[in-house]
Amino acid sequence: MINDELANISPPVHEDSDLIPQITGIQNIWRQLRNNPLALWGMVLLMVFFVLAVAGLVLTRGQNPIMDPEKVRLVDTLKPPLTRANTDVLAPDDRPVFGIYLLGTDKLGRDVLARMLEGAHVSLLVGFISVGIAVFLGIILGAVAGYYGNYADSVIMRAVDIMLCFPSFFLILTVVALLPASIWNIMIVIGLTSWPGIARFVRAEFLALRRQDFVVAAEALGLSKMKIMFVHMVPNAIAPVLVTATIDVASAILTESSLSFLGFGVPPPAASWGNILADGKEFIFDAPWLFIASGMAILITVLAFNLFGEGLREAMNPKLRER
Amino acid sequence: MFSFLSRSLVEKLITLFFISIISFSVVMLAPGNPSEIDPMNPKFTKEDIQRLRQAFDLDKPLHIQYYLFYKKLFTNELRSYKDNQPVFSKIVERFLNSLPLFLVGTLLTWCLAFPLGIQAALRRQSFFDQSTTFFSYLFISLPSFFLAYVLIIFIVKVFNVPVIGLQTFGRESSGWWYLANDRIWHLVLPSVLGALGGIAILSRYVRSQMLEVIEQDYVRTALAKGLPEDTVYYKHALRNALLPFVTMFGLILPGMIGGSVIIESIFSWPGMGRLGYDAILARDYPVILSLNFIAACLVLLGTFVSDILYVVVDPRISLTGGKS
Repeated sequence: MINDELANISPPVHEDSDLIPQITGIQNIWRQLRNNPLALWGMVLLMVFFVLAVAGLVLTRGQNPIMDPEKVRLVDTLKPPLTRANTDVLAPDDRPVFGIYLLGTDKLGRDVLARMLEGAHVSLLVGFISVGIAVFLGIILGAVAGYYGNYADSVIMRAVDIMLCFPSFFLILTVVALLPASIWNIMIVIGLTSWPGIARFVRAEFLALRRQDFVVAAEALGLSKMKIMFVHMVPNAIAPVLVTATIDVASAILTESSLSFLGFGVPPPAASWGNILADGKEFIFDAPWLFIASGMAILITVLAFNLFGEGLREAMNPKLRER
Repeated sequence: MFSFLSRSLVEKLITLFFISIISFSVVMLAPGNPSEIDPMNPKFTKEDIQRLRQAFDLDKPLHIQYYLFYKKLFTNELRSYKDNQPVFSKIVERFLNSLPLFLVGTLLTWCLAFPLGIQAALRRQSFFDQSTTFFSYLFISLPSFFLAYVLIIFIVKVFNVPVIGLQTFGRESSGWWYLANDRIWHLVLPSVLGALGGIAILSRYVRSQMLEVIEQDYVRTALAKGLPEDTVYYKHALRNALLPFVTMFGLILPGMIGGSVIIESIFSWPGMGRLGYDAILARDYPVILSLNFIAACLVLLGTFVSDILYVVVDPRISLTGGKS
């Protein structure tokens, strides 16, 4: 009798799929994000920004681009937005798309819309490559410090301390100003100065992971240290790094625009939002659209990255969740 | 206590040594040469360049240059490439100009960020909390130079007062009342602009710290036994929430150089950031390196002070245990 009851209670072996968590990690994060209107807005704005940047790449690059950001039209300088192009003088090839300047023109008669579109992917490139360099360095150094401990740890952490002692913007400005002007230098310098934060995160995660069973098991199986660190441990430590990286992209875009503003940014004739804004500041009364378009674009993009990054941080960290 | 202080001091000196090497090599190994700043000038003969290189030790090997540079820095003999003025007195003069900007900005930051952050944490999910959250993200994301121009136009148009520079040029003989007013108007805008980003970031930190503390058991106990909410929040919780900010207090000093470059350039404020920017433009290596060195000293001094403050305010940490 008792045995019968036990048989009824004990769960059928092959139908235990109920016990597997129904929600995966990504679904869980999405659930959290959905309840955070600011983060959702950030995500939507980011998607719009990505589409614009890709559109900018397609439309403004190549031998004969649809919208040429470097076309100088001296008959149409400093035209306000929505002005019709001067069709009497301009050759058909020189005219903007639809014969209208949607965002006006700058002091050389270049189409601001085309320059803004080019600037979108330049800003994106600067943000992603510089943060990519920082993440790469940060993960490697943080992983080595956290995994090996002892000697490696103290050397790397001392290097982090040293990096944090430099006034970073002043250092970036110095190096960028002394090196020949190039967009790649800017990305590399921003990347080389922003890895310490990421290295610290990765090290802290690694210190916690180091004693976990799966790492001990991998060691017992005789896997190489490289494989344990970068194949098994890094994926478990990557979440907080991605959040920080999202926010770092925002600050890299802001740093690039500050450098451009001081005259050390992306060199002309290439356009970035920072140098459109720096050009626009001379004409702030005569041609405010230059200043406003680029300033608002920087503001909205950086805001979107920050809101989305903070939203992700809250969604991934159960301690910060709203109840 | 003494052994901790001396060990920490030695560590900081070693760090400073490495910083001096790195910043020296970054600046000196960069392509270009300060004696070639004006290569097209026909008045610059080869002999002139040679003489200049000799005068500033630029003809010696790098490690000897390094030694001579820091020896001169400490004996106060360092001279600017640009105008041959002593670097130290130049920096002191600019430092005194930056000081009011820095003090007002810091005061504004700390006086506004804490009430905002605490209120946002206590009224979590309220309209107040959501709007401070939004505005702090807005100010973190806003390029300060963009806001600066918008505000300059606004202030000049609406209040009709000049705001660029230390004071209005050519009105030095006016009465003291006018002068004082003038100085204050010139001070307000750059310090508010410098403070906005800081307020935004710091108030977020304060909010998250406060949130963490008010969920602790001792706060619940205090509330459950019927203590007034104000006593619990402002006396018990706040004290513990404030602890981490002791470390931040030590880290605000270096902001005087790095954080002020853009604001001081826009407002033509003759401060340290502006000095650094001009030095970079002119490849005035002694000034760049000295500023970098001073900034690093300020960071290390700041961390040193906050280490000590931590021990003073947090009884859980003791230095006699040997762990720092």
